[in-house]
Amino acid sequence: MASLLRMLVAQTLSELRIRWRTPAFSATNLALPVLFFTFFGLPFARQTFPNGISVGAYLLASFAAYAVGSVMVYGFGIGVAVERGMKVDLLMRATPLPPGIAILAKVLNALAFSLLSVVVLIVYGIIVGGVRQDLTVWINIVVRLLAGSLPFIALGFAIGYSSGPNAAPALANLIYLPLAFASGLFMPLRQLPDFVQRIAPYLPTYHYGQLAWSAVGAPSEPLTTSLAWLAGYTLLFMALTMRAYRREQSLKFA
Amino acid sequence: MNPAVELVEVSKRYGQVEALRSVSLAIQPGEIVAMLGPNGAGKTTSISLMLGLRKPTGGQVRLFGLPPTDHRARSRAGVMLQESGTTGVLTVRELITLFGTYYPSPLPADRAIVMAGLADKADARVVTLSGGQRQRLYFALAICGDPEILFLDEPTVGMDIEARRAFVASIKHLADAGKTIVFTTHYLREAEELARRIVVVDRGLIIADATPRELMSKVAAKRVSFSVARALTADAFGGLAVTGLEASDGRVRFLTNEPEAVLRALFERGVEMRDLEVAGADLEEAFLSLTRRAESA
Repeated sequence: MASLLRMLVAQTLSELRIRWRTPAFSATNLALPVLFFTFFGLPFARQTFPNGISVGAYLLASFAAYAVGSVMVYGFGIGVAVERGMKVDLLMRATPLPPGIAILAKVLNALAFSLLSVVVLIVYGIIVGGVRQDLTVWINIVVRLLAGSLPFIALGFAIGYSSGPNAAPALANLIYLPLAFASGLFMPLRQLPDFVQRIAPYLPTYHYGQLAWSAVGAPSEPLTTSLAWLAGYTLLFMALTMRAYRREQSLKFA
Repeated sequence: MNPAVELVEVSKRYGQVEALRSVSLAIQPGEIVAMLGPNGAGKTTSISLMLGLRKPTGGQVRLFGLPPTDHRARSRAGVMLQESGTTGVLTVRELITLFGTYYPSPLPADRAIVMAGLADKADARVVTLSGGQRQRLYFALAICGDPEILFLDEPTVGMDIEARRAFVASIKHLADAGKTIVFTTHYLREAEELARRIVVVDRGLIIADATPRELMSKVAAKRVSFSVARALTADAFGGLAVTGLEASDGRVRFLTNEPEAVLRALFERGVEMRDLEVAGADLEEAFLSLTRRAESA
Protein backbone atom coordinates (compact mmCIF):
# COMPACT_ATOMS: atom_id res chain seq x y z
CA MET A 1 0.00 0.00 0.00
CA ALA A 2 1.20 3.48 -0.83
CA SER A 3 2.14 5.91 1.95
CA LEU A 4 -0.92 7.54 3.51
CA LEU A 5 1.00 10.71 4.31
CA ARG A 6 2.11 11.06 0.70
CA MET A 7 -1.49 10.58 -0.44
CA LEU A 8 -2.70 13.17 2.06
CA VAL A 9 -0.13 15.77 0.98
CA ALA A 10 -0.78 15.23 -2.73
CA GLN A 11 -4.54 15.24 -2.23
CA THR A 12 -4.45 18.43 -0.14
CA LEU A 13 -2.24 20.23 -2.65
CA SER A 14 -4.59 19.23 -5.45
CA GLU A 15 -7.60 20.49 -3.52
CA LEU A 16 -5.81 23.81 -2.95
CA ARG A 17 -4.98 24.00 -6.64
CA ILE A 18 -8.59 23.30 -7.56
CA ARG A 19 -9.82 26.00 -5.21
CA TRP A 20 -7.25 28.48 -6.47
CA ARG A 21 -8.41 27.84 -10.04
CA THR A 22 -12.07 28.28 -9.17
CA PRO A 23 -12.00 32.04 -8.55
CA ALA A 24 -15.78 32.34 -8.67
CA PHE A 25 -15.76 30.49 -5.39
CA SER A 26 -12.50 31.51 -3.74
CA ALA A 27 -12.65 35.22 -4.63
CA THR A 28 -16.24 35.44 -3.43
CA ASN A 29 -15.35 33.82 -0.15
CA LEU A 30 -12.38 36.15 0.32
CA ALA A 31 -14.16 39.32 -0.77
CA LEU A 32 -17.54 39.04 0.92
CA PRO A 33 -16.40 39.31 4.55
CA VAL A 34 -14.26 42.33 3.62
CA LEU A 35 -17.19 43.91 1.77
CA PHE A 36 -19.62 43.28 4.63
CA PHE A 37 -17.17 44.70 7.12
CA THR A 38 -16.81 47.75 4.88
CA PHE A 39 -20.58 48.37 4.88
CA PHE A 40 -21.53 47.32 8.39
CA GLY A 41 -18.31 47.79 10.33
CA LEU A 42 -16.10 50.55 8.96
CA PRO A 43 -18.41 53.44 9.92
CA PHE A 44 -18.13 52.40 13.60
CA ALA A 45 -14.67 50.88 13.56
CA ARG A 46 -13.00 53.56 15.68
CA GLN A 47 -15.76 53.78 18.31
CA THR A 48 -15.86 51.97 21.64
CA PHE A 49 -18.78 50.39 23.49
CA PRO A 50 -19.67 51.89 26.92
CA ASN A 51 -17.82 48.93 28.52
CA GLY A 52 -14.63 50.05 26.77
CA ILE A 53 -14.51 47.33 24.13
CA SER A 54 -13.56 48.39 20.60
CA VAL A 55 -16.53 48.27 18.25
CA GLY A 56 -14.16 47.66 15.36
CA ALA A 57 -12.58 44.65 17.06
CA TYR A 58 -16.01 43.28 17.99
CA LEU A 59 -17.27 43.58 14.42
CA LEU A 60 -14.07 42.13 12.98
CA ALA A 61 -14.54 39.15 15.30
CA SER A 62 -18.16 38.83 14.06
CA PHE A 63 -17.23 38.90 10.38
CA ALA A 64 -14.31 36.55 10.99
CA ALA A 65 -16.82 34.03 12.40
CA TYR A 66 -19.07 34.65 9.40
CA ALA A 67 -16.11 34.14 7.06
CA VAL A 68 -14.93 30.79 8.47
CA GLY A 69 -18.48 29.47 8.74
CA SER A 70 -19.20 30.40 5.14
CA VAL A 71 -16.00 28.78 3.83
CA MET A 72 -17.12 25.56 5.52
CA VAL A 73 -20.83 25.64 4.65
CA TYR A 74 -20.44 26.80 1.04
CA GLY A 75 -17.16 25.04 0.35
CA PHE A 76 -18.29 21.61 1.49
CA GLY A 77 -21.96 22.08 0.61
CA ILE A 78 -21.42 23.11 -2.99
CA GLY A 79 -18.14 21.22 -3.45
CA VAL A 80 -19.53 17.85 -2.40
CA ALA A 81 -22.76 18.35 -4.36
CA VAL A 82 -20.86 19.28 -7.53
CA GLU A 83 -18.49 16.31 -7.21
CA ARG A 84 -21.43 13.99 -6.71
CA GLY A 85 -23.11 15.54 -9.74
CA MET A 86 -20.03 14.90 -11.89
CA LYS A 87 -19.67 11.36 -10.49
CA VAL A 88 -16.18 12.09 -9.27
CA ASP A 89 -17.02 9.97 -6.24
CA LEU A 90 -17.61 6.91 -8.40
CA LEU A 91 -14.08 6.84 -9.80
CA MET A 92 -12.46 7.77 -6.48
CA ARG A 93 -14.26 4.89 -4.81
CA ALA A 94 -12.65 2.42 -7.18
CA THR A 95 -9.13 3.67 -6.37
CA PRO A 96 -7.10 2.63 -3.29
CA LEU A 97 -7.38 6.17 -1.87
CA PRO A 98 -9.02 5.72 1.56
CA PRO A 99 -12.14 7.92 1.83
CA GLY A 100 -10.88 9.25 5.16
CA ILE A 101 -7.79 10.67 3.47
CA ALA A 102 -9.93 12.36 0.81
CA ILE A 103 -12.12 13.97 3.47
CA LEU A 104 -9.18 14.99 5.64
CA ALA A 105 -7.56 16.66 2.60
CA LYS A 106 -10.75 18.64 2.02
CA VAL A 107 -10.85 19.70 5.66
CA LEU A 108 -7.20 20.77 5.67
CA ASN A 109 -7.77 22.71 2.50
CA ALA A 110 -10.83 24.43 3.98
CA LEU A 111 -8.89 25.28 7.15
CA ALA A 112 -6.06 26.78 5.11
CA PHE A 113 -8.49 28.81 3.08
CA SER A 114 -10.37 29.93 6.21
CA LEU A 115 -7.09 31.06 7.70
CA LEU A 116 -6.32 33.09 4.60
CA SER A 117 -9.80 34.57 4.56
CA VAL A 118 -9.66 35.66 8.23
CA VAL A 119 -6.13 37.04 7.94
CA VAL A 120 -7.15 39.13 4.90
CA LEU A 121 -10.14 40.46 6.83
CA ILE A 122 -8.20 41.32 9.98
CA VAL A 123 -5.35 42.98 8.08
CA TYR A 124 -7.97 45.02 6.21
CA GLY A 125 -9.59 46.01 9.51
CA ILE A 126 -6.26 47.03 10.99
CA ILE A 127 -5.05 49.02 7.97
CA VAL A 128 -8.27 50.55 6.65
CA GLY A 129 -10.37 50.55 9.82
CA GLY A 130 -7.58 51.50 12.19
CA VAL A 131 -8.65 48.79 14.64
CA ARG A 132 -5.97 48.13 17.27
CA GLN A 133 -5.69 45.00 19.41
CA ASP A 134 -2.83 42.95 20.81
CA LEU A 135 -1.50 40.35 18.38
CA THR A 136 -2.53 37.67 20.90
CA VAL A 137 -6.17 38.77 20.53
CA TRP A 138 -6.09 38.33 16.78
CA ILE A 139 -4.34 34.97 17.09
CA ASN A 140 -6.89 33.93 19.66
CA ILE A 141 -9.75 34.76 17.28
CA VAL A 142 -8.19 32.80 14.44
CA VAL A 143 -7.35 29.72 16.51
CA ARG A 144 -10.74 29.54 18.21
CA LEU A 145 -12.67 29.96 15.00
CA LEU A 146 -10.67 27.33 13.14
CA ALA A 147 -10.84 24.89 16.03
CA GLY A 148 -14.57 25.46 16.49
CA SER A 149 -15.55 25.15 12.84
CA LEU A 150 -16.50 21.47 13.06
CA PRO A 151 -20.29 22.00 13.17
CA PHE A 152 -20.11 24.03 9.96
CA ILE A 153 -17.99 21.41 8.24
CA ALA A 154 -20.66 18.90 9.22
CA LEU A 155 -23.43 21.25 8.03
CA GLY A 156 -21.63 21.66 4.70
CA PHE A 157 -21.40 17.90 4.25
CA ALA A 158 -25.08 17.51 5.16
CA ILE A 159 -26.01 20.03 2.44
CA GLY A 160 -23.60 18.49 -0.06
CA TYR A 161 -24.97 14.99 0.37
CA SER A 162 -28.64 15.92 0.42
CA SER A 163 -28.83 18.24 -2.59
CA GLY A 164 -27.75 18.29 -6.21
CA PRO A 165 -25.20 20.68 -7.72
CA ASN A 166 -27.91 23.17 -8.75
CA ALA A 167 -29.81 23.19 -5.49
CA ALA A 168 -26.79 23.25 -3.16
CA PRO A 169 -25.87 26.97 -3.48
CA ALA A 170 -29.47 28.01 -2.90
CA LEU A 171 -29.87 25.67 0.04
CA ALA A 172 -26.58 26.86 1.58
CA ASN A 173 -27.69 30.49 1.26
CA LEU A 174 -31.11 29.73 2.63
CA ILE A 175 -29.65 28.09 5.71
CA TYR A 176 -26.48 30.03 6.39
CA LEU A 177 -27.44 33.66 5.72
CA PRO A 178 -30.45 33.76 8.08
CA LEU A 179 -28.39 31.93 10.72
CA ALA A 180 -25.59 34.48 10.44
CA PHE A 181 -27.96 37.46 10.52
CA ALA A 182 -30.07 36.20 13.38
CA SER A 183 -27.00 35.45 15.48
CA GLY A 184 -25.64 38.97 15.30
CA LEU A 185 -22.73 38.26 12.98
CA PHE A 186 -23.68 41.16 10.68
CA MET A 187 -24.74 43.65 13.34
CA PRO A 188 -24.72 43.41 17.12
CA LEU A 189 -27.61 41.36 18.45
CA ARG A 190 -29.12 44.14 20.53
CA GLN A 191 -29.83 46.11 17.36
CA LEU A 192 -31.95 43.25 16.01
CA PRO A 193 -35.69 42.74 16.57
CA ASP A 194 -36.77 41.38 19.92
CA PHE A 195 -37.92 37.97 18.70
CA VAL A 196 -34.63 37.45 16.90
CA GLN A 197 -32.78 38.15 20.13
CA ARG A 198 -34.86 35.48 21.82
CA ILE A 199 -34.18 32.90 19.07
CA ALA A 200 -30.45 33.60 18.76
CA PRO A 201 -29.24 31.62 21.80
CA TYR A 202 -30.48 28.43 20.13
CA LEU A 203 -28.50 28.92 16.93
CA PRO A 204 -25.09 27.40 16.11
CA THR A 205 -23.81 30.64 14.57
CA TYR A 206 -24.62 32.53 17.79
CA HIS A 207 -22.47 30.19 19.85
CA TYR A 208 -19.79 30.20 17.20
CA GLY A 209 -19.76 34.00 17.41
CA GLN A 210 -19.20 33.66 21.17
CA LEU A 211 -15.83 32.03 20.49
CA ALA A 212 -14.71 35.15 18.64
CA TRP A 213 -16.44 37.70 20.86
CA SER A 214 -14.98 36.23 24.02
CA ALA A 215 -11.53 36.65 22.44
CA VAL A 216 -12.10 40.42 22.32
CA GLY A 217 -13.57 40.37 25.84
CA ALA A 218 -17.25 40.68 24.88
CA PRO A 219 -18.93 37.30 25.43
CA SER A 220 -22.62 37.06 26.30
CA GLU A 221 -22.49 33.36 27.29
CA PRO A 222 -20.04 31.27 29.29
CA LEU A 223 -17.57 29.64 26.90
CA THR A 224 -18.42 26.12 28.14
CA THR A 225 -22.10 26.67 27.31
CA SER A 226 -21.24 27.71 23.76
CA LEU A 227 -18.87 24.76 23.33
CA ALA A 228 -21.60 22.40 24.47
CA TRP A 229 -24.06 23.88 21.96
CA LEU A 230 -21.51 23.62 19.17
CA ALA A 231 -20.77 20.01 20.05
CA GLY A 232 -24.50 19.25 20.02
CA TYR A 233 -24.96 20.86 16.60
CA THR A 234 -21.93 18.94 15.30
CA LEU A 235 -23.59 15.67 16.29
CA LEU A 236 -26.91 16.76 14.76
CA PHE A 237 -25.37 17.78 11.43
CA MET A 238 -23.23 14.65 11.34
CA ALA A 239 -26.33 12.55 11.87
CA LEU A 240 -28.06 14.38 8.98
CA THR A 241 -24.96 13.83 6.84
CA MET A 242 -24.85 10.13 7.64
CA ARG A 243 -28.53 9.75 6.79
CA ALA A 244 -28.14 11.47 3.41
CA TYR A 245 -24.87 9.63 2.77
CA ARG A 246 -26.36 6.23 3.54
CA ARG A 247 -29.36 6.91 1.34
CA GLU A 248 -27.07 7.77 -1.55
CA GLN A 249 -24.81 4.77 -0.92
CA SER A 250 -27.75 2.42 -0.98
CA LEU A 251 -28.79 3.84 -4.34
CA LYS A 252 -25.38 4.02 -5.98
CA PHE A 253 -23.33 1.28 -4.41
CA ALA A 254 -25.57 -1.30 -2.73
CA MET B 1 -2.00 -20.34 -8.56
CA ASN B 2 -4.73 -18.25 -6.98
CA PRO B 3 -7.13 -16.64 -9.43
CA ALA B 4 -6.78 -12.86 -9.82
CA VAL B 5 -10.56 -12.51 -9.76
CA GLU B 6 -13.08 -15.03 -8.59
CA LEU B 7 -16.86 -14.97 -8.57
CA VAL B 8 -18.47 -17.87 -6.73
CA GLU B 9 -22.20 -18.30 -7.37
CA VAL B 10 -22.68 -14.56 -7.37
CA SER B 11 -26.15 -13.09 -7.70
CA LYS B 12 -27.09 -9.46 -7.91
CA ARG B 13 -30.59 -8.11 -7.74
CA TYR B 14 -31.70 -4.49 -8.14
CA GLY B 15 -35.21 -4.43 -6.74
CA GLN B 16 -37.15 -6.75 -9.03
CA VAL B 17 -34.41 -6.97 -11.64
CA GLU B 18 -32.02 -9.91 -11.51
CA ALA B 19 -28.84 -8.50 -13.01
CA LEU B 20 -26.73 -11.59 -12.31
CA ARG B 21 -28.02 -15.07 -11.60
CA SER B 22 -25.61 -17.31 -9.68
CA VAL B 23 -22.60 -16.62 -11.84
CA SER B 24 -19.26 -18.37 -11.22
CA LEU B 25 -16.12 -17.23 -12.96
CA ALA B 26 -12.39 -17.41 -12.24
CA ILE B 27 -9.85 -15.26 -14.05
CA GLN B 28 -6.22 -16.32 -13.77
CA PRO B 29 -3.30 -13.88 -13.61
CA GLY B 30 -2.17 -12.92 -17.10
CA GLU B 31 -5.48 -13.66 -18.79
CA ILE B 32 -7.03 -11.18 -21.22
CA VAL B 33 -10.76 -11.60 -20.84
CA ALA B 34 -13.55 -9.90 -22.76
CA MET B 35 -16.98 -9.79 -21.20
CA LEU B 36 -19.26 -9.63 -24.19
CA GLY B 37 -22.97 -9.09 -24.24
CA PRO B 38 -25.80 -6.80 -25.25
CA ASN B 39 -26.75 -3.77 -23.16
CA GLY B 40 -28.28 -4.75 -19.85
CA ALA B 41 -26.74 -8.22 -19.96
CA GLY B 42 -24.92 -7.78 -16.64
CA LYS B 43 -21.43 -6.80 -17.84
CA THR B 44 -21.15 -3.54 -15.89
CA THR B 45 -22.69 -5.20 -12.86
CA SER B 46 -20.03 -7.93 -13.03
CA ILE B 47 -17.22 -5.37 -13.19
CA SER B 48 -18.76 -3.31 -10.36
CA LEU B 49 -18.89 -6.42 -8.19
CA MET B 50 -15.29 -7.36 -9.01
CA LEU B 51 -14.26 -3.85 -7.88
CA GLY B 52 -16.39 -3.84 -4.77
CA LEU B 53 -18.41 -0.88 -6.09
CA ARG B 54 -21.49 -3.00 -5.62
CA LYS B 55 -22.24 -5.68 -3.07
CA PRO B 56 -23.47 -9.06 -4.28
CA THR B 57 -26.94 -10.13 -3.17
CA GLY B 58 -25.58 -13.66 -2.86
CA GLY B 59 -22.31 -15.49 -3.34
CA GLN B 60 -18.73 -14.35 -2.96
CA VAL B 61 -16.38 -12.07 -4.88
CA ARG B 62 -12.60 -12.19 -4.43
CA LEU B 63 -9.90 -9.97 -5.88
CA PHE B 64 -6.44 -11.49 -5.35
CA GLY B 65 -8.04 -13.68 -2.72
CA LEU B 66 -9.24 -10.64 -0.75
CA PRO B 67 -12.57 -8.82 -0.53
CA PRO B 68 -12.48 -6.34 -3.44
CA THR B 69 -12.94 -3.39 -1.09
CA ASP B 70 -9.64 -4.25 0.67
CA HIS B 71 -7.00 -1.58 0.03
CA ARG B 72 -4.35 -4.21 -0.59
CA ALA B 73 -6.46 -5.64 -3.40
CA ARG B 74 -7.39 -2.21 -4.77
CA SER B 75 -3.73 -1.16 -4.79
CA ARG B 76 -3.11 -3.84 -7.41
CA ALA B 77 -6.03 -2.90 -9.67
CA GLY B 78 -6.54 -0.12 -12.21
CA VAL B 79 -10.02 0.89 -13.27
CA MET B 80 -11.76 2.59 -16.15
CA LEU B 81 -15.49 3.04 -15.61
CA GLN B 82 -18.22 3.90 -18.06
CA GLU B 83 -19.84 6.63 -16.06
CA SER B 84 -17.50 8.59 -13.92
CA GLY B 85 -16.18 12.10 -13.86
CA THR B 86 -13.20 13.98 -12.64
CA THR B 87 -12.31 17.48 -11.62
CA GLY B 88 -11.99 19.71 -14.65
CA VAL B 89 -9.58 22.39 -13.47
CA LEU B 90 -6.52 20.19 -13.00
CA THR B 91 -4.30 19.46 -15.98
CA VAL B 92 -3.91 15.99 -17.43
CA ARG B 93 -0.44 15.62 -15.93
CA GLU B 94 -1.49 16.92 -12.50
CA LEU B 95 -4.40 14.51 -12.30
CA ILE B 96 -2.35 11.52 -13.42
CA THR B 97 0.43 12.41 -10.96
CA LEU B 98 -2.17 12.68 -8.19
CA PHE B 99 -3.68 9.30 -8.99
CA GLY B 100 -0.19 7.82 -9.06
CA THR B 101 0.24 8.67 -5.37
CA TYR B 102 -2.63 6.30 -4.53
CA TYR B 103 -0.54 3.32 -5.65
CA PRO B 104 2.57 1.79 -4.11
CA SER B 105 4.77 1.89 -7.23
CA PRO B 106 3.23 4.10 -9.89
CA LEU B 107 4.46 4.61 -13.43
CA PRO B 108 6.14 7.95 -14.12
CA ALA B 109 3.25 10.25 -15.09
CA ASP B 110 4.74 11.01 -18.47
CA ARG B 111 4.97 7.33 -19.31
CA ALA B 112 1.24 6.85 -18.60
CA ILE B 113 0.52 9.97 -20.65
CA VAL B 114 2.41 8.63 -23.66
CA MET B 115 0.86 5.17 -23.35
CA ALA B 116 -2.60 6.75 -23.40
CA GLY B 117 -1.70 8.90 -26.41
CA LEU B 118 -2.13 12.19 -24.56
CA ALA B 119 1.38 13.62 -24.96
CA ASP B 120 0.15 16.74 -26.76
CA LYS B 121 -2.53 17.33 -24.12
CA ALA B 122 -0.40 16.77 -21.02
CA ASP B 123 -0.65 20.37 -19.86
CA ALA B 124 -4.23 20.96 -20.93
CA ARG B 125 -6.90 21.25 -18.29
CA VAL B 126 -9.20 18.25 -18.17
CA VAL B 127 -12.26 20.39 -18.91
CA THR B 128 -10.89 21.23 -22.38
CA LEU B 129 -10.59 17.60 -23.51
CA SER B 130 -12.88 16.12 -26.16
CA GLY B 131 -14.92 13.02 -25.40
CA GLY B 132 -12.34 10.72 -26.96
CA GLN B 133 -9.44 12.45 -25.19
CA ARG B 134 -11.30 12.16 -21.91
CA GLN B 135 -11.65 8.45 -22.52
CA ARG B 136 -7.86 8.28 -23.02
CA LEU B 137 -7.40 10.21 -19.78
CA TYR B 138 -9.45 7.61 -17.93
CA PHE B 139 -7.29 4.95 -19.50
CA ALA B 140 -4.17 6.79 -18.30
CA LEU B 141 -5.69 6.98 -14.79
CA ALA B 142 -6.35 3.24 -14.92
CA ILE B 143 -2.75 2.35 -15.81
CA CYS B 144 -0.85 5.08 -13.91
CA GLY B 145 -0.55 2.94 -10.78
CA ASP B 146 1.14 0.17 -12.77
CA PRO B 147 -1.55 -2.28 -11.60
CA GLU B 148 -1.40 -6.04 -12.05
CA ILE B 149 -5.00 -6.15 -13.19
CA LEU B 150 -6.96 -3.71 -15.31
CA PHE B 151 -10.74 -3.43 -15.36
CA LEU B 152 -12.01 -1.55 -18.38
CA ASP B 153 -15.74 -1.02 -18.78
CA GLU B 154 -16.58 -0.27 -22.43
CA PRO B 155 -13.16 1.32 -22.94
CA THR B 156 -13.49 2.22 -26.62
CA VAL B 157 -16.84 4.01 -26.43
CA GLY B 158 -16.40 7.53 -27.80
CA MET B 159 -12.92 6.88 -29.24
CA ASP B 160 -12.26 7.77 -32.86
CA ILE B 161 -10.49 5.30 -35.14
CA GLU B 162 -7.02 6.62 -34.39
CA ALA B 163 -7.56 6.63 -30.65
CA ARG B 164 -8.97 3.14 -30.85
CA ARG B 165 -5.92 1.90 -32.72
CA ALA B 166 -3.57 3.44 -30.15
CA PHE B 167 -5.68 1.94 -27.41
CA VAL B 168 -5.56 -1.54 -28.92
CA ALA B 169 -1.78 -1.26 -29.24
CA SER B 170 -1.50 -0.24 -25.56
CA ILE B 171 -3.65 -3.15 -24.47
CA LYS B 172 -1.53 -5.60 -26.43
CA HIS B 173 1.58 -4.06 -24.91
CA LEU B 174 0.16 -4.45 -21.40
CA ALA B 175 -0.90 -8.00 -22.17
CA ASP B 176 2.62 -8.82 -23.29
CA ALA B 177 3.90 -7.38 -20.02
CA GLY B 178 1.87 -10.03 -18.22
CA LYS B 179 -0.98 -7.85 -16.96
CA THR B 180 -4.40 -9.33 -16.34
CA ILE B 181 -7.04 -7.45 -18.29
CA VAL B 182 -10.79 -7.67 -17.97
CA PHE B 183 -12.83 -5.53 -20.33
CA THR B 184 -16.43 -5.30 -21.43
CA THR B 185 -17.65 -4.64 -24.91
CA HIS B 186 -20.64 -5.24 -27.06
CA TYR B 187 -18.55 -5.58 -30.19
CA LEU B 188 -17.76 -9.16 -31.06
CA ARG B 189 -14.90 -8.00 -33.29
CA GLU B 190 -13.27 -6.03 -30.50
CA ALA B 191 -13.47 -9.01 -28.15
CA GLU B 192 -12.06 -11.28 -30.83
CA GLU B 193 -9.20 -8.91 -31.61
CA LEU B 194 -7.99 -8.30 -28.06
CA ALA B 195 -9.05 -11.15 -25.83
CA ARG B 196 -7.75 -14.64 -25.44
CA ARG B 197 -10.90 -15.62 -23.64
CA ILE B 198 -14.42 -14.38 -24.25
CA VAL B 199 -17.12 -14.63 -21.63
CA VAL B 200 -20.55 -14.04 -23.13
CA VAL B 201 -23.10 -12.67 -20.70
CA ASP B 202 -26.79 -12.47 -21.41
CA ARG B 203 -29.65 -11.71 -19.06
CA GLY B 204 -27.49 -12.24 -16.01
CA LEU B 205 -26.03 -15.59 -17.05
CA ILE B 206 -22.76 -16.66 -18.60
CA ILE B 207 -23.90 -18.37 -21.76
CA ALA B 208 -20.47 -19.01 -23.25
CA ASP B 209 -16.89 -18.99 -21.99
CA ALA B 210 -14.39 -19.87 -24.67
CA THR B 211 -11.46 -18.75 -26.78
CA PRO B 212 -12.40 -16.44 -29.67
CA ARG B 213 -11.91 -19.31 -32.13
CA GLU B 214 -14.15 -21.70 -30.21
CA LEU B 215 -16.75 -19.05 -29.80
CA MET B 216 -16.82 -18.10 -33.46
CA SER B 217 -17.45 -21.72 -34.34
CA LYS B 218 -20.35 -21.86 -31.90
CA VAL B 219 -21.97 -18.63 -32.93
CA ALA B 220 -24.35 -18.83 -35.82
CA ALA B 221 -22.70 -16.53 -38.29
CA LYS B 222 -25.24 -16.49 -41.17
CA ARG B 223 -28.88 -15.61 -41.41
CA VAL B 224 -30.74 -17.52 -44.15
CA SER B 225 -34.23 -16.79 -45.39
CA PHE B 226 -36.36 -17.90 -48.36
CA SER B 227 -39.97 -18.10 -49.48
CA VAL B 228 -41.84 -21.33 -49.95
CA ALA B 229 -45.05 -22.05 -51.82
CA ARG B 230 -46.17 -24.78 -49.42
CA ALA B 231 -45.64 -24.69 -45.68
CA LEU B 232 -42.75 -26.92 -44.56
CA THR B 233 -43.11 -29.60 -41.96
CA ALA B 234 -40.79 -29.46 -39.00
CA ASP B 235 -38.95 -32.64 -39.98
CA ALA B 236 -37.70 -30.91 -43.15
CA PHE B 237 -35.01 -29.51 -40.82
CA GLY B 238 -34.42 -32.70 -38.85
CA GLY B 239 -30.76 -33.12 -37.95
CA LEU B 240 -29.65 -29.84 -39.53
CA ALA B 241 -27.43 -27.34 -37.69
CA VAL B 242 -29.84 -24.42 -37.54
CA THR B 243 -31.15 -22.25 -34.73
CA GLY B 244 -33.82 -19.60 -34.44
CA LEU B 245 -36.01 -21.33 -36.99
CA GLU B 246 -39.23 -19.49 -37.73
CA ALA B 247 -41.77 -19.38 -40.52
CA SER B 248 -44.44 -16.78 -41.21
CA ASP B 249 -46.26 -15.48 -44.30
CA GLY B 250 -44.68 -18.17 -46.42
CA ARG B 251 -41.17 -17.03 -45.48
CA VAL B 252 -38.73 -19.25 -43.57
CA ARG B 253 -35.87 -17.79 -41.52
CA PHE B 254 -33.09 -19.39 -39.52
CA LEU B 255 -29.51 -18.91 -38.32
CA THR B 256 -26.69 -21.27 -39.14
CA ASN B 257 -22.94 -21.62 -39.30
CA GLU B 258 -23.01 -23.90 -42.31
CA PRO B 259 -25.38 -22.34 -44.82
CA GLU B 260 -23.99 -24.36 -47.75
CA ALA B 261 -24.44 -27.74 -46.08
CA VAL B 262 -27.87 -26.86 -44.73
CA LEU B 263 -29.12 -25.59 -48.08
CA ARG B 264 -27.74 -28.64 -49.90
CA ALA B 265 -29.60 -30.89 -47.47
CA LEU B 266 -32.80 -28.90 -47.96
CA PHE B 267 -32.50 -29.16 -51.76
CA GLU B 268 -31.93 -32.88 -51.46
CA ARG B 269 -35.05 -33.16 -49.31
CA GLY B 270 -36.99 -31.58 -52.13
CA VAL B 271 -37.69 -28.22 -50.54
CA GLU B 272 -38.57 -25.70 -53.23
CA MET B 273 -37.43 -22.22 -52.34
CA ARG B 274 -37.61 -18.79 -53.94
CA ASP B 275 -35.97 -15.45 -53.11
CA LEU B 276 -33.14 -17.10 -51.21
CA GLU B 277 -31.11 -14.71 -49.05
CA VAL B 278 -27.96 -15.46 -47.05
CA ALA B 279 -26.55 -12.67 -44.94
CA GLY B 280 -24.06 -12.25 -42.09
CA ALA B 281 -25.85 -12.39 -38.76
CA ASP B 282 -25.42 -9.35 -36.55
CA LEU B 283 -24.32 -9.64 -32.97
CA GLU B 284 -27.83 -9.66 -31.54
CA GLU B 285 -28.67 -12.63 -33.73
CA ALA B 286 -25.44 -14.35 -32.88
CA PHE B 287 -26.28 -13.92 -29.19
CA LEU B 288 -29.76 -15.17 -29.88
CA SER B 289 -28.44 -18.45 -31.18
CA LEU B 290 -26.16 -18.79 -28.15
CA THR B 291 -29.01 -17.96 -25.82
CA ARG B 292 -31.30 -20.53 -27.45
CA ARG B 293 -28.54 -23.07 -27.08
CA ALA B 294 -28.17 -22.19 -23.41
CA GLU B 295 -31.91 -22.55 -22.86
CA SER B 296 -32.27 -25.86 -24.67
CA ALA B 297 -29.20 -27.30 -22.92
